[in-house]
Amino acid sequence: MNTRVTPAPVKHSIVVDAPIARAFKVFTEDFGSFKPRDHNLLRVDIAETVFEPRVGGHVYDRGVDGSECRFARVLAFEPPHRVLLSWDISPQWQIETDPAKTSEWEVRFIAESEARTRVELEHRKLERHGDGWESVRGGVDGDKGWPLYLRNFAELFARKG
Amino acid sequence: MTVDTAQLAALGDPTRRLIFEMIAERPRSVAEITRQVPVSQSAVSQHLKVLRDSRLVRAEPKGASNVYHIDPHGLGQMRAWLDQFWSKTLTAYKQAVEQPKEPSP
Repeated sequence: MNTRVTPAPVKHSIVVDAPIARAFKVFTEDFGSFKPRDHNLLRVDIAETVFEPRVGGHVYDRGVDGSECRFARVLAFEPPHRVLLSWDISPQWQIETDPAKTSEWEVRFIAESEARTRVELEHRKLERHGDGWESVRGGVDGDKGWPLYLRNFAELFARKG
Repeated sequence: MTVDTAQLAALGDPTRRLIFEMIAERPRSVAEITRQVPVSQSAVSQHLKVLRDSRLVRAEPKGASNVYHIDPHGLGQMRAWLDQFWSKTLTAYKQAVEQPKEPSP
């Protein structure tokens, strides 16, 4: 029995008390200020996260030692309404160099009023990452898939201060 | 309501997270879990119900009681991670964007 299914996109939305232009500007220019600190594939701490505001640009972390981790490519940049990026991190937590094996995330900004903006995020095409995005087969009996998941999970919830 | 939101909410509670991690380690019964967490059996059962409803764990009857397993179909490893990542990111983004441009005195 082939039980492979296409994963549903990850979707989130949030309404912020800010005009659309500011909502877009903060999201792109200050991405590094709110991206979770525990999201880091470098061996060292992150000095800064850069979001290059143009199609063909990258989003990357720069480590305190100058090393870089380019984890997203800018596929569309349409201020103040929309950005579309790739997600170049494999399920094995490494940079994926084959664009055909990367998923994509889109952020849409919708003005609800002059002072409020709805921000919708959709991370889709997860199946393009290949094996690993999906459920861990046989994981119920404690195979090797779960420890990795739990480690990342624990880091995600690491209680900080 | 999407499963994502339910899973996120389910794991927001520290006791539930602990129970989930215990079950992820290996399948366990309610009684077994109760012995290892500082809450009553009925509280454990409540937590398990939330975890079950959000498809993080599933129950399998064994004798007179249930044994709880991780639900492999409810969670995509990467998907679950991304779900949490974006939720955290957007929450932090909201704070950043709503900050006054000039710090208050």
